[in-house]
Amino acid sequence: MLLRHTTAEVAERTALTINPAKTCQPIGAMYAALGVHSCLPHSHGSQGCCSYHRSTLTRHYKEPVMAATSSFTEGASVFGGQANLLQAFETIFTVYNPEMVAVHTTCLSETIGDDISQIISKAKAEGKIPEGKHAIHANTPSYVGSHVTGFANMAKSLVTNFAEGTGEDKKQINLLPGWVEPPDMRELKCLAHRMGVDVVMFPDTSDVLDAPQTGKYELYPKGGATIAQIRSAGDSIGTIGLGHSASTRAASALEEKCEVANEMLELPIGLQATDRFIEAMRIMAGVKVPDVITDERGRLLDMIADMHQYVHGKRVALWGDPDQLVSLCDFLVCLDMKPVYIVTGTPSTRFEKRVRAVLGDSVPDAKIRKGAGADMFLMHQWIKQESVDLLIGNTYGKYIARDENIPFVRHGFPILDRIGHAYFPTVGYRGGMYLLEKILNAFMDRQDREGLEEKFELVM
Amino acid sequence: MTDILQERERQVYRKSAEPFQIDCEKQSVAGSVSQRACVFCGSRVVLYPIADALHIVHGPIGCASYTWDIRGARSSGPQLHRLSFSTDLQEMDVIRGGEKKLFAALCELIDAHQPKAAFVYATCIAGIIGDDVNAICKQASEAKGIPVLPVHSEGFKGTKKDGYRAACEALFQLIGTASTEGTAATSVNILGDFNLAGEIWMIREYFERMGIQVVACITGDGRVDDIRRAHGAALNLVQCSGSMTYLAKSMKERWGTPFLRVSYFGIEDMAQALYGTARFFKDPEMMRRTQELVHEEIDKVMPQINAYRRDVQGKKAGIYVGGAFKAFSLVRALRLLDMKTVLVGSQTGSREDYEQLRELCDEGTIIVDDSNPLELAGFLQEKEVDLFIGGVKERPIAYKLGVGFCDHNHERKEALAGFAGMVNFAREVHSTVMSPVWQFTSRRRKEMAV
Repeated sequence: MLLRHTTAEVAERTALTINPAKTCQPIGAMYAALGVHSCLPHSHGSQGCCSYHRSTLTRHYKEPVMAATSSFTEGASVFGGQANLLQAFETIFTVYNPEMVAVHTTCLSETIGDDISQIISKAKAEGKIPEGKHAIHANTPSYVGSHVTGFANMAKSLVTNFAEGTGEDKKQINLLPGWVEPPDMRELKCLAHRMGVDVVMFPDTSDVLDAPQTGKYELYPKGGATIAQIRSAGDSIGTIGLGHSASTRAASALEEKCEVANEMLELPIGLQATDRFIEAMRIMAGVKVPDVITDERGRLLDMIADMHQYVHGKRVALWGDPDQLVSLCDFLVCLDMKPVYIVTGTPSTRFEKRVRAVLGDSVPDAKIRKGAGADMFLMHQWIKQESVDLLIGNTYGKYIARDENIPFVRHGFPILDRIGHAYFPTVGYRGGMYLLEKILNAFMDRQDREGLEEKFELVM
Repeated sequence: MTDILQERERQVYRKSAEPFQIDCEKQSVAGSVSQRACVFCGSRVVLYPIADALHIVHGPIGCASYTWDIRGARSSGPQLHRLSFSTDLQEMDVIRGGEKKLFAALCELIDAHQPKAAFVYATCIAGIIGDDVNAICKQASEAKGIPVLPVHSEGFKGTKKDGYRAACEALFQLIGTASTEGTAATSVNILGDFNLAGEIWMIREYFERMGIQVVACITGDGRVDDIRRAHGAALNLVQCSGSMTYLAKSMKERWGTPFLRVSYFGIEDMAQALYGTARFFKDPEMMRRTQELVHEEIDKVMPQINAYRRDVQGKKAGIYVGGAFKAFSLVRALRLLDMKTVLVGSQTGSREDYEQLRELCDEGTIIVDDSNPLELAGFLQEKEVDLFIGGVKERPIAYKLGVGFCDHNHERKEALAGFAGMVNFAREVHSTVMSPVWQFTSRRRKEMAV
């Protein structure tokens, strides 16, 4: 038993996180920045932070992840990191030549109080940022929020730095995808395209973190939103923001800065959330839903109808990030499944309300926990008290899955031991089909492997 | 030729008649995409395999998240080291100090898990807000009656190497705190093997067959009580010299324990390690047993290695690793497969390390300190490398270029140490270099068209 140290009784902990269901802000900012074309993320702190974020993203995507660091020393920690950041701009634009550098802070530089805006101004004044190139920043102290907060902050910074209202009415809508995977971003664009809607989507990590093998190593792969696209977001008809935790800040900033109205939705994972997304696009862009999409919806519905007996009433434990969890619960309820334990390390104030809203009265005794003390240790204790039929979450659930012998579908960040998330979407109707197939396989493979011989079925 | 950042020109050397010069042990240039990590990373990887100790990270959540069971350091018993404990400092803690929280966390954890000792890792924030980690550790140790050891691993205080040193300092506090009764005259400590993929079990078995008692494994499959009596061993065997030489030197100074530098990687180095140890004990009977062991093991593995060699001989390899010491063994092991090392570098090598590499390598080989992805990709293409050996961040770069890859770092899945490990290494090299996938990549398609 790998987790033999976990006891079933839950003791209230005052000062301790065990097996976290979150990580720190900077990695989210780095991921968001990678969704801009020819952008080099820059970590203003010690070397280790940058190295850890790059390694984690590389393990998750099996792709090269580029980011620079201010390489703080003891001196920088005493006298401030200005000299390091100035030197960094010079190095970056000389050697790596990106269109843009997106600086995020760390707990170290936040605590010593480096003023990044001022340092960027100084760098500009000293000619360390070449004409036509850009440097922006987001404050991402690791001791506030979680990795999701970091993503939201960098997405907002893209708006405040670039979006511009010129008065021209562009027949396009803005799509803030939230923290989803590259194949999800590809799927969202595809749905919009098939509806005939022009979208500006940022961040967009498709074709950056799922780049094809070409025999070449591209420092800046072809994907990513361009600065020109982000700039034009200020002239769009409106904004659809997906996932409140990851996208509200950017959506509100767009409204405030450029008076572009927004509609905030939950991530389009599953049947109903995708319906709402398609409906929102239809109304905002004034288009019709084409038959291909209606048919796709029909196929997902058909699949659910065909297989509903295999999933109904199953108890599910989920952990991960607020936006994903809300929509996953929504989908599970529609499959007649019971999300009973839901944990996120991200301290999101409205989280429980959002989850209860999608659960309705289907699971009145669902346990929901967020923020401090909401970790995998607590989740395991709940499971020990009363087990579940399925686990859905990131790779860190594999200890529980093994010790308690519970089927496990990986979803979220990070996934360090499977590859589907990097290639197949879970948003949209097609994503729903993929997700449902994974859930069914988890149950059915187990039944085939472990069920009694006399109950073994050829046809299922 | 590959473009090199001006400030870095002196950190790259191409073996030639030119006099040898290389700059190293420098801070990375700010703004470079360095493959290096920080002090905390160094301490954490060294200490984490001690399986019956509590490892608690004092800082915001990230440092604990990113190091949660990332290195496959196996334990034959307790698995406490595979859990992730953090004080998860929040904004108010940063303002008011995290000492109370740390003390409470230590007490809760020690009560719950009854560990043999606790290591407290101070991260950047703990250092910057001025928490007195030493005092809290002392207080917790007195309250709970186990050693609670501060590890001063604030990230900004240097490189990974400084983290190794901080880890050694913490270990040194443990050593000498228990009785050495029952320790044999022919006994060793194994320093600097982390039991990735179960390697230390293999090495330990070799020594036991030679008639040597292994007192403590530091730190692979490590146990606190063994480490406490490690000063009773007659000899320290030091692998991964970058991380453990400091501890070996401290032990020599304090208890007069001599040490031998060894490597268990590759047939030559493995045999050398065993023979050197046998020579140290000046026991002809032990030497005879050692010769028998080496012959027996080599006879077992050579036919398999030869089979792999036939396919991979003449292929070109590039190496980029954390500590330079690993690179020596790799160059020699590749030579056994008749492969040429055309590029070799490390994150933290010293001048002596690089000089030794220069002697080991052929004309034209590129030797590089603290490289970055852009440079590495350039070197791989320039030298038309067939195999790249590195760690997690280097793998996808090799694959994008259509170059085979072998992980010689945390993510190795098979034991590469020992005699049997050499067969695994040859198999891994063979499987990646000879993989049909590269036929479909543009680089090979071009080659085949010529």
